[in-house]
Amino acid sequence: MRIQVNVNGESREAEVEPRLLLVHFIRDTLGLTGTHWGCDTSNCGACTVHLDGEPVKSCTVLAVRANGHDVTTIEGISSGADLSLLQQGFSKEHGLQCGFCTPGMIMTATALLKSTPRPSEDEIREAISGNLCRCTGYQYIIRSIEWAARQGAPTQVEVMP
Amino acid sequence: MGDRMPRKEDGRFVRGRGKYVDDLQLPGMLHSAILRSPFAHAKINGIDVSAALEHPKVRTVITGKDLEEQGLAWMPTIAGDTQAVLATDKVRFQGQEVAFVVADDRYSAQDALELIEVDYEPLPVIVDTPKALDADAPIIRDDKAEQANNVIFEWEHGDKEATERAFQEADVTVRQEMIYPRVHPAPMETCGAVADYDVSTGKMTLWVTSQAPHAHRTLAAIVTGLSEHQIRVISPDIGGGFGNKVPIYPGYVCVAVASLVLHRPVKWMESRAENLMSTSFARDYHMVGEIAANKDGNILGIRVDVLSDHGAFNAHAQPGDIWPMGFFAIFPSCYDAPAAYAEATGVYSNKAPGGIAYRCSFRVTEAIYLMERTMDVLADELGMDPVELRRRNLIPAEKQPYESVMGWTYDGGDYHAALDEALRIADYQALLEEQKEAREQGTIMGIGISTFTEIVGAGPKEKCHIAGLKMFDSAELRVHPTGKAVLKIGVQSQGQGHETTFAQIVAGELGIPAEDVEVHHGDTDHTPYGLGTYGSRSTPVGGAAAAVVSRKIRAKAKKIAAHLLEAAEDDLEWVDGGFQVKGSSSQRKEMDEIAFAAYTNMPPDQEAGLEGVAYYDPPEMTYPFGAYVCVVEIDKGTGQVEVKRFIAVDDCGVRINPMIVEGQIHGGLAQGIGTALMEVIQFDEEGNHLNSNFMDYLIPTSMEVPKEWETGVTVTPSTHHPLGARGVAESPTVGSPAAVVNAVVDALSPYGVRHVDMPLTPAKIWGILRENGVEPF
Repeated sequence: MRIQVNVNGESREAEVEPRLLLVHFIRDTLGLTGTHWGCDTSNCGACTVHLDGEPVKSCTVLAVRANGHDVTTIEGISSGADLSLLQQGFSKEHGLQCGFCTPGMIMTATALLKSTPRPSEDEIREAISGNLCRCTGYQYIIRSIEWAARQGAPTQVEVMP
Repeated sequence: MGDRMPRKEDGRFVRGRGKYVDDLQLPGMLHSAILRSPFAHAKINGIDVSAALEHPKVRTVITGKDLEEQGLAWMPTIAGDTQAVLATDKVRFQGQEVAFVVADDRYSAQDALELIEVDYEPLPVIVDTPKALDADAPIIRDDKAEQANNVIFEWEHGDKEATERAFQEADVTVRQEMIYPRVHPAPMETCGAVADYDVSTGKMTLWVTSQAPHAHRTLAAIVTGLSEHQIRVISPDIGGGFGNKVPIYPGYVCVAVASLVLHRPVKWMESRAENLMSTSFARDYHMVGEIAANKDGNILGIRVDVLSDHGAFNAHAQPGDIWPMGFFAIFPSCYDAPAAYAEATGVYSNKAPGGIAYRCSFRVTEAIYLMERTMDVLADELGMDPVELRRRNLIPAEKQPYESVMGWTYDGGDYHAALDEALRIADYQALLEEQKEAREQGTIMGIGISTFTEIVGAGPKEKCHIAGLKMFDSAELRVHPTGKAVLKIGVQSQGQGHETTFAQIVAGELGIPAEDVEVHHGDTDHTPYGLGTYGSRSTPVGGAAAAVVSRKIRAKAKKIAAHLLEAAEDDLEWVDGGFQVKGSSSQRKEMDEIAFAAYTNMPPDQEAGLEGVAYYDPPEMTYPFGAYVCVVEIDKGTGQVEVKRFIAVDDCGVRINPMIVEGQIHGGLAQGIGTALMEVIQFDEEGNHLNSNFMDYLIPTSMEVPKEWETGVTVTPSTHHPLGARGVAESPTVGSPAAVVNAVVDALSPYGVRHVDMPLTPAKIWGILRENGVEPF
């Protein structure tokens, strides 16, 4: 089946099998490997992207479902040398170690700050409860998101040209 | 050194530009899938791959028989056993590798698996560890002629007679059986490899999720017969290791063989289910702890018995077959024990092979759990506060370096100070008050203590080896004319921040800013030989090598400075990142001036350049230690345990980057809580794996950890390390399970509970509450 998806502001077309998962379309077909694949049961959240602005686990979405829709991945979060406030926050507050869960965390947090610019700690904790991290113990991830929120979260996602 | 410097490696990770093995896309690359056994124990009477070979997108299918012809059906394990790459005669655990399909894309490879027919003949299964020793138990490793039963090894350590006497003379003895259940490191990135054999050069490049690329290269050369200089192993970015990525897995061998045969790059990347079902698990120790004490609670002797389950192949990754139980003999830990003795038996079972040291420095977490739980049982027996019992037994600081009866020499430690600091942060007295009030209100609250010493940094050449390779580590440093530097190391980050911390070491020794030191690791073509990162050895061994090589550079720099300043070397001193004539700060050369001179104005008797390499053989292990306090509350209705507070004081000597140390501790504590409350790998009686995905194998989310990790510090420098530093990242997983379990047992002690085995799931605790007549509301 032929699909057309707007990925990070750019129109992308491809011939895909109906059963192709969106995560594999993003990683293997488009070569955008920032979105990661960590489990088989949509528990880990490493594959989180935005579908029409809403965070979804791309391992549980078929690529054909995204036909005609907008997809934003971690590569679309920042432009050139600049980093979004969340990306800066994760580095300043040491919210990452191996980096594997990080794109998913940032995608989830970006959506959270869009809808809730000043989240409480509990709201942050619950928002990321669908993103597993084995390295950090979560506290510095939450601090990273709090940092970004304090700086004034962006109200829209910056998209790579 | 000592700076909370933000990490240099973050830039690529926050942008999604990390390069993990599965991100690799090479021209012409093929994909693969492994057919795995549905049975835990079965004979293979035949495999028919003809239908799979007819699939239009399948390039080849490899079976055990094909590998047998090349002598590759079996491979050695680090433990000195053998492991099947692809099954030949039998399958011995559910999920064992049976056939390897290579196809144009990953979906077709998976489709082809269903076209393979295997004729299995099921055999009786052993998954209940003690049953492996039954007289009528099936012999699992009948591939080994000498194997008459399921015993792998028998081990003992310590003074049996002295310990026996201690138990006879004691006023009080306690005995506690406990199981440390099978768990899995479950890093967020699963295991995988890409093999690319270039037929025009004869060179094999292997990208692998490996914590030890050089060791893997040497083993690959030995196993495949390829020349070692024709093999390049690259560990790119690795998404967490925790010991899971130390062994060599069948998939790695199969992609190498496939690439050799097809002359194209081949990728193998496992799914989460495969990771949980077939890669190295951890723990699965069935233990008995006994302590003999006098009436004041002073330990007279400790006696321990362990049954260790290694699955179908002994694939532990401990430093050599001389340590079948790793460093379990550390169990007397931070206590001044005059006598101790341990006996252990290792057995095979129809489960995945292992067990690796999951973030615990070779079985230390098992040892400390056993000790700390048995100490609490002793405290209960004596009617003594568990803190007081520990105080009376902790090794006094004056006895350091301490000679343990188990043969270790500890490198410094003030355990009382760590305990006091933990109690201060926790406000222990206030906690006891709080608990009294809580109990009056009907709230089930518990306080648990854990004090421990770890043993990390393998290791001295007299004591340690991995498949014969001694466990030194290395660092190669080159300073460029403009004063920037490149450091190449033999250890391998999987998230520990080496690109930052090792730069900080060089910065501390040479005054070159950490931003100007680039750290390379993971590519065997471009880094000196090292044994990799596991068992918290990077700082103790690799960090020491980095310090030593920096000092070699500094010695060369001094000669250059003397030449530039026209002074004698003895008249110079190293001040603030430069050399100056003693007492004369105006006659001074900065490091970058010296570096430039190394290429433009060398001393007459010295080679150009400013570089060096150091291979460091540690004189001893290092012994980081800690004191933890855990506060829990149990929901009467559901049995759920909530960790309300966790106080962790860790002493790892000098801290290179306190921010990174804290991150490591937080992560290890979360894993410890997972082990204590949620994680277990179980099997039904037919050997079916019951926890092969994240719906059934539960690891902590942001909701299961306390709001704040209350960390504290004491700093007792290591007596022998060049920087006074020790490893630390595994202390939290070592010390925390006992703290959590001790807290839960404390919470339930009014009902006469003295021990509960992990994991302390809501169902388990609910059962105990209902048994004891506790009302749900």
